[in-house]
Amino acid sequence: MSGPGVAGPVVVIGGGPAGMAAARAAARLGVRVLLVDSGAMLGGQYHRQNSLAGRDLFALPPGVEHLPHTVVWALEPVPGGGHRVHLRTGPADGPGRTGREVGTRALVLATGAYDRALPFPGWDLPGVYTAGAAQALAKGQGVRVGERVLVAGTGPFLLPVAASLTAAGAGVAGVLEAAEPVTAWLRRPAGAVAGWRKFGELAGYAALLARHRIPYRRRTAVVAAHGTDRVEAVTTARLTPGWETVPGSERRVEADAVCVGFGFVPQVETALAAGCALDGGFVAVDAAQATSVPGVFAAGELTGVGGAGPAAAEGEVAGVAAAKLLGARPAPPAAALRRVRAGRGFAAALARAYPVRDGWRTWLADDTLVCRCEEVPYGELRRSVQEREALGVRAVKLVSRAGLGQCQGRVCGPNVACLTGVPDAAAFARRPIASPVRLGELAEPPPAEPEPGT
Amino acid sequence: MIVRVDGEELVTESGRTVAGLLLALGRVSWRTTRGGGRPRGVFCGIGVCHDCLVVVNGAADVRACQRLVRDGDDIRTQDGAELPA
Repeated sequence: MSGPGVAGPVVVIGGGPAGMAAARAAARLGVRVLLVDSGAMLGGQYHRQNSLAGRDLFALPPGVEHLPHTVVWALEPVPGGGHRVHLRTGPADGPGRTGREVGTRALVLATGAYDRALPFPGWDLPGVYTAGAAQALAKGQGVRVGERVLVAGTGPFLLPVAASLTAAGAGVAGVLEAAEPVTAWLRRPAGAVAGWRKFGELAGYAALLARHRIPYRRRTAVVAAHGTDRVEAVTTARLTPGWETVPGSERRVEADAVCVGFGFVPQVETALAAGCALDGGFVAVDAAQATSVPGVFAAGELTGVGGAGPAAAEGEVAGVAAAKLLGARPAPPAAALRRVRAGRGFAAALARAYPVRDGWRTWLADDTLVCRCEEVPYGELRRSVQEREALGVRAVKLVSRAGLGQCQGRVCGPNVACLTGVPDAAAFARRPIASPVRLGELAEPPPAEPEPGT
Repeated sequence: MIVRVDGEELVTESGRTVAGLLLALGRVSWRTTRGGGRPRGVFCGIGVCHDCLVVVNGAADVRACQRLVRDGDDIRTQDGAELPA
């Protein structure tokens, strides 16, 4: 039920920790909320639920309409204020989904992030997964991606992935951390203090690795995967502080799967469609989680990677701010605001402790695919810059075809930007069609649509 | 529920994604690339990379990691770029 003078709905995109918190906070203030999520169940990637269990562990208060199995495929500003959100609901990518358009004057974007994967020879072989894939399959489906698995990359997320793999019955042959994380944390004690609770979690993972005799190696990476039709072995190597391989340190390790994650890429297409300004690749927000666009708020990993706790705090602040914009009269969410501040410190410390170093480029061979979809090898990408002088994102895409395939540069964008040195890396994420739709769906007459504020 | 995978009928439970089902069957790839004809399966697992495309009930380019199986589904390997018949 809407309170006096409160127009709805608040539309929340994303059902992870940030989106759920935003929906709850706005609903508590009497504002109608529509929460849109592509998943079958709430929780997002952080709190991925086992979809075989058949029951949802999360519940949202009355006043929140939860639309599962729903993608936002376009977002457009409405003249005079607000946005129109274009939805499709139904089995993923199928032709029989239902279309819906919703107008809103208060939009909360909580679309999260996905793993960054760096290319290396053989990374396109079946059996190479992102760390998030291994996690989603283990937690969501009880499926292990291999019997003898290496987990490699950088950042603390590698540890829960090793834990989930172990719980799913996989043998984890090692966790390889490219960075020198212990010293990096110690050099920045302020950030480490902000994340002190995380240290408790890390100690738990360290105990799990020890119990299962899983080696944890620092300054080490998987620099190649081998096999004909699937991964049969990988090459690991020690890394210099700049991430070049230490000559002579290469080791061949038998494995049937490798899971890689080098931090996270925020899912910014709806934010870019709304016209939100970015800062360092993430959506820029003020203390109330407001973006540069009036009526659009952002929360969670979109604004910086700090984990589920800070994401939920940001979501709460965003939900309150969105409700306020529609006429609710909330008290400032003081506790959540404090948690957001601490979370930002933690996210900044995390980013400093686990940077991606340029030396990964030396792992590539001329025939290593950089763009997996269009099968563009590194040599061809280099030639398109050196010989054909493709200098901007658009030129690089058109000349080399990198980023033009099915994933629309989601996987290769950040890597192509590094390899070519194009100035506006975020341009890879400008996707007017934010999620795949079929031509038949586009050809349907538009659904009846309420105006914003009704 | 009963589904068909490349013509073979099998029993599975609800809540499985197509990718979860295929991996549990021991398959790691079910698509070939358009250019090199190279095998692909799951990569990102969360709907981002579009590597795990599969044909479901005659519709190509369905992300196997996102699609939950439904009773009677006909799931088929995808060969390169498949255009609607």
